[in-house]
Amino acid sequence: MTDHKLPVKTYRSTILSYTVSFRSALRYGSKRMDDTNRPASRFTCATRLLVALSLPLLLGPLFSSTSLAQDWVRTGSGLGVDKVRLAVPDFKPSNSDPQNDALLKTFNDTFWNDLDNSGVVELISKSFYPLQVPGQPPEVTFGVWNSPPPNAAMLAFGNLGVAAGKLVVQGWLYDVKNTASPEVLGKQYTDVPTADAARVIAHKFADEIIFRLGGGIPGIAESKIYFVSDRTGHKEIWVMDYDGSNERQLTHLNSDSLSPRISPDGSRLAFSSLTKSGWDILMFSIDLDRPVSFPHFGGTNLSPAWSPDGAHLALSSSRGGNSQIYVCDASGSNLHRLTSNKGPDVGPVWNRKTGAQVAFVSGSTGLPQVYTMEADGTNQQRMTDQGYAVSPNWSPNGQFLTLAWTRKYGPGQPGASDIYLMDIASKQWVQLTHDGGRNDYPSWSPDGRHIVFESGRSGKVELWMMLADGTKLHQLTFTGRNSQPNWSWK
Amino acid sequence: MKEKSLKGLATVIALAAVIMLGACHKKTAPPPPPPPPPPASPTAAISVSPDTIQQGQSATLTWQTSNASDVSIDGIGAVQPSGSQQVSPTDSTTYHLVAKGAGGTQEATTRLTVTQPPPPPQAAAPSPTEEDLFGRSVKDIYFDYDKSDIRGDQQAAIQSDAQFLSQHPNIGFTIEGHCDNRGSTEYNLALGDQRAQSVKNALTASGISASRIKTISYGKEKPFCLEDNEACWQQNRRGHFVYQK
Repeated sequence: MTDHKLPVKTYRSTILSYTVSFRSALRYGSKRMDDTNRPASRFTCATRLLVALSLPLLLGPLFSSTSLAQDWVRTGSGLGVDKVRLAVPDFKPSNSDPQNDALLKTFNDTFWNDLDNSGVVELISKSFYPLQVPGQPPEVTFGVWNSPPPNAAMLAFGNLGVAAGKLVVQGWLYDVKNTASPEVLGKQYTDVPTADAARVIAHKFADEIIFRLGGGIPGIAESKIYFVSDRTGHKEIWVMDYDGSNERQLTHLNSDSLSPRISPDGSRLAFSSLTKSGWDILMFSIDLDRPVSFPHFGGTNLSPAWSPDGAHLALSSSRGGNSQIYVCDASGSNLHRLTSNKGPDVGPVWNRKTGAQVAFVSGSTGLPQVYTMEADGTNQQRMTDQGYAVSPNWSPNGQFLTLAWTRKYGPGQPGASDIYLMDIASKQWVQLTHDGGRNDYPSWSPDGRHIVFESGRSGKVELWMMLADGTKLHQLTFTGRNSQPNWSWK
Repeated sequence: MKEKSLKGLATVIALAAVIMLGACHKKTAPPPPPPPPPPASPTAAISVSPDTIQQGQSATLTWQTSNASDVSIDGIGAVQPSGSQQVSPTDSTTYHLVAKGAGGTQEATTRLTVTQPPPPPQAAAPSPTEEDLFGRSVKDIYFDYDKSDIRGDQQAAIQSDAQFLSQHPNIGFTIEGHCDNRGSTEYNLALGDQRAQSVKNALTASGISASRIKTISYGKEKPFCLEDNEACWQQNRRGHFVYQK
């Protein structure tokens, strides 16, 4: 069903799956429906864990262009509805300390972006706000917020000030339709008066709000993205906040270091590096901020991957001849082989929810394809049916793979490597990126709502982020060439 | 004309008779001085010795003139009426001497042949090192897209590589596996590894000891060529040999 040849006339739609109780665990957009008679069944599997499914209303036959590069369209019913309308007026200074202005700007920008990126609220444009905005609960005038033009359901407000060498931020979340008992959240944060601290406080408070409005799934504002950057002249491993700020170089090996993979507890980073003896798996302690020892396996060793309990690593090694998937303990001991295929096997990733399966890439039938298998190497299942499919990454809920796929591949085929989402049980897929150069190495956010990936769409390889339905696409990095992002587990 | 000769002869006889008669009896007036002789024509001679030299050597140009007031040699300029001069032309030269005098102009030439020096004796060529021979003789092996098997048109190269390597058993070397810049970083590293292994396996099958061979994959990390076209991609899909000191 996923691989019908496109008929000359094709119907397309975008389906929105939206949970009421989970409050958008995942918005799920689709395209290129070949079988318009059974659109709901197509997504039964993809959405079976979602409590409520708003049935797709297909918006008619759309003209099918012959140009594959441009024949996608996002349409459907209910797109963007059901999100909480949230007003976020800038926080106000609580005193007249001269540091307040700069810290407020950092705080307000970070806070707005976190909520905007979250995908769980609809931020109301500031142009609809009244002139007088509150910094304290007594200053809230419910009538001007809960009716048009802002027509907000929720209001996040607060104040910031430096006093006695400390940065103090107070923040509230109000249900402005519930005037009798409006307070959903009230928080006070105290830290050193630095821009970094203001950013961290903004992340923390945004996460509190997203947790409450997003169905109890923790926000990602304090998560990190590990990646490869060549900005020093060598490919080194770097880390940054999830929003692209606070970039920091971790390794200084002056070699080629690739495929950073952070451990589930965030304490260690496994990666692959070109050493004097070849490509080796190296281990970097985030806590110690330096490399720690890891055994040398021999052969070419690539693409380490942590099991969700942090006890094992899967990796690709050619120590026995050609590249195959191996598993070892987190210390590097007990290395044993999982696959014995003809072609190179690379890029393993564990089922992040269960730890019971591993997805990987194999070239044993020609162009690389994505497979799954049990964690002991049995029951290999090919997931992709054609083209060039690489870089699988398992969703936090265990249900989806995101991958980089060039479906139409070969001489004369205008295919590009795009990011796809695949429901593992049904092998049904949707394309998330379109018309934007080479895209590769998608990595899920801890909340399962976002995907970070590398893309050449700006002219050089940079990191981009989007919601898991392909919307809210924006660029995170701008310096040098940046690739192979890996999102922290929490 | 005959009549004029007779008349002249008569004049001479008559004149002789007058002289003889006159001598007999009185001193006669002296004869008028003879007219000055006409100016002598200049003479000129020029020679060069030796008349053949090698480039860089010199020769002596010698010339003599007489009855000349204005002597010059083309390419040298005005010179003394007689003299000699060292010359060292780089090419064969004809020296053209012109002597002008009241009596006319006289020219003379001589040619000096200049030969190219024999090529300097070759510096004793150092015998080529094994590294030179390796670089000259061992051919890289090229691959098809997404393939790591040695294709038919590369068999000759691998056989010739194996032959050279078996004749130079002390050479150790690395085979680098490279890929074109399409596709994914990790998969290309694994593919490059497979290409390097494939070349290694072909050599060991031809009797080259595996202990001499290291392999490394660079995937698409170190391309030979940076353009996006098939010619360039083919350059990058290879097993590249590197001599190991």
